[in-house]
Amino acid sequence: MSVPVASLVTMPAPVIIARDLAKRFGEVEAVGGVSFEVAAGESFGLLGPNGAGKSTTMRMVGAVSPRTGGELSILGLDPDRNGPEIRSQLGVVPQTDNLDFELPVLDNVIVYGRYFGLPRKLIKQRAGELLEFAQLTEKSKTRIDDLSGGMKRRLTIARALINDPKILLLDEPTTGLDPQARHILWDRLFRLKEQGTTLVLTTHYMDEAEQLCDRLIVVDHGRIMAEGTPASLIRQYSSREVLELRFGSGRNGEAAQKLAGIGDRVEELPDRVLIYADDGEAALEAVRARGLEALTSLVRRASLEDVFLRLTGRSLIE
Amino acid sequence: MSAISAEVDAGAAAARSAAARPRRFGALFVFEHRFTTARRTWTSNVVPALGLPVLYLFAMGLGLGSLIGGGSGAQDLGGVSYLVFVAPALLTAAAFQTASEEFIFPIRLGFKWNPTFFGMNSAPLSPGQIIDGNVLYTSARITANSLIYYLLMLAFGAAPSGWGILSVFAALLTALSFGGPLCAYICSLEKDASQETLVLRFIVMPLTLFSGTYFPLSLMPIYLQWIGWMSPLWHGTQLARDATYGLGEPAWLIAVHLVYLLATFVVGWQIARRLSRKKLNK
Repeated sequence: MSVPVASLVTMPAPVIIARDLAKRFGEVEAVGGVSFEVAAGESFGLLGPNGAGKSTTMRMVGAVSPRTGGELSILGLDPDRNGPEIRSQLGVVPQTDNLDFELPVLDNVIVYGRYFGLPRKLIKQRAGELLEFAQLTEKSKTRIDDLSGGMKRRLTIARALINDPKILLLDEPTTGLDPQARHILWDRLFRLKEQGTTLVLTTHYMDEAEQLCDRLIVVDHGRIMAEGTPASLIRQYSSREVLELRFGSGRNGEAAQKLAGIGDRVEELPDRVLIYADDGEAALEAVRARGLEALTSLVRRASLEDVFLRLTGRSLIE
Repeated sequence: MSAISAEVDAGAAAARSAAARPRRFGALFVFEHRFTTARRTWTSNVVPALGLPVLYLFAMGLGLGSLIGGGSGAQDLGGVSYLVFVAPALLTAAAFQTASEEFIFPIRLGFKWNPTFFGMNSAPLSPGQIIDGNVLYTSARITANSLIYYLLMLAFGAAPSGWGILSVFAALLTALSFGGPLCAYICSLEKDASQETLVLRFIVMPLTLFSGTYFPLSLMPIYLQWIGWMSPLWHGTQLARDATYGLGEPAWLIAVHLVYLLATFVVGWQIARRLSRKKLNK
């Protein structure tokens, strides 16, 4: 290797390496050759709409779904040969909770710890700490049915941490939760990130990706559209600000015609027109100067949603 | 060796040592989970395990049996009382019934209704171990229930032979012989269409009636006797009768019963392991 030894010490080794990773289900290509690396301690995101191949990629990384093409190495091991070894080092939070409804909260964590062959005493000690972390200590004897959606998710995360995993995989961790529950969950995940846990998460919420991911790939139709930090992706694919205009149903298209030339780019959506400009207020002035009055107008900072729109021509949530 | 590859090797070594126990004992951890769940509802397991045998031995053995004493009936029963004739069959039928429930609902639950099997598999456990753990748990439950049944049979004077305890083994074999293929079938299900009810109604129920349980299979018209020959319950019941009162079957026929019961179990069990892998590791 030509890299100087000094830099090797500071650069953490990648814990996940995917090269042209692909998955076919018969005729259907779910993942069409994706390549990425995740370093130890990094928080890495897969952002994309439903059906983009994010969950399939996560299942391959989780060593429960064999790849049909390409290379994949998790902690230096091949999931085709060393599935149990890899899974012994992972924490997995699946898209749909699979807690045991017949057992109360604490027992769910304990039986899960036993799957790893951990000693009971260690499991009990850790389970107590993890329920504390998940803010579920008072619920330890509660039935799963009596937990809210946010509590179930937090319990699933606590359960996934019972083996002190090297990598935590989170598939759509906050989908279906109300805003308050999402914020509580983000806070917990952020703490894990601060403690240096390697996080890999999929999401179709751009705010989630912006808050939690150091680096992400934008995925669509089983392929990587772009890769970078949230800030660099926004810089690269969007202007600094976005002006959102609503002209009322049916009139957005007509208005968009007359807006050509204002800002860097004009994007017409069914319910609104977006103008990408570094100065949103100035763009709004320019719109008014053309004699157009929108029903509502809003200037906001550009987000990953805009990056996705630019890359695919579609919104993330349709 | 570079710093990176040393770090990766250390991670891989840690993974190998962490996976050693799950690789070896995974099925036992699944068993433990099932046992933890069952302990919470132990009354619903223990009360029937004690109560049903008593009810059946009274009603069938002593009640119905009192009508059958003497005459041509006794000849057909091979010279034993109806209680002695029917008790081993009640034992195997109970095991058969438990197996048909245990290999339907917990399996369907784990794959579909409350998909805990996916959680087990995202931990180090393999699909095969998940099936094995369930088979182990059900085997343990049926052995315990059958032992209780056998002790009650002794109390009723319904198991005169010294070899009677072997009927517990016959009951377990009956359960597994039916349970293996049933488990495979349940593993193959994709959509819910009340298949469970159909199995219970159109397979379990008729087999219980036409497997020489309440009367010797030889009394059935010959064109219906094949149901018994196909039925794990008939083979198991014959073995249980061999054990509890010495039915007097030739050794080769006993061997046929054993081979049939073992083979159907092993084939079904192996298919179930394979199907579970297909389901969990798509």
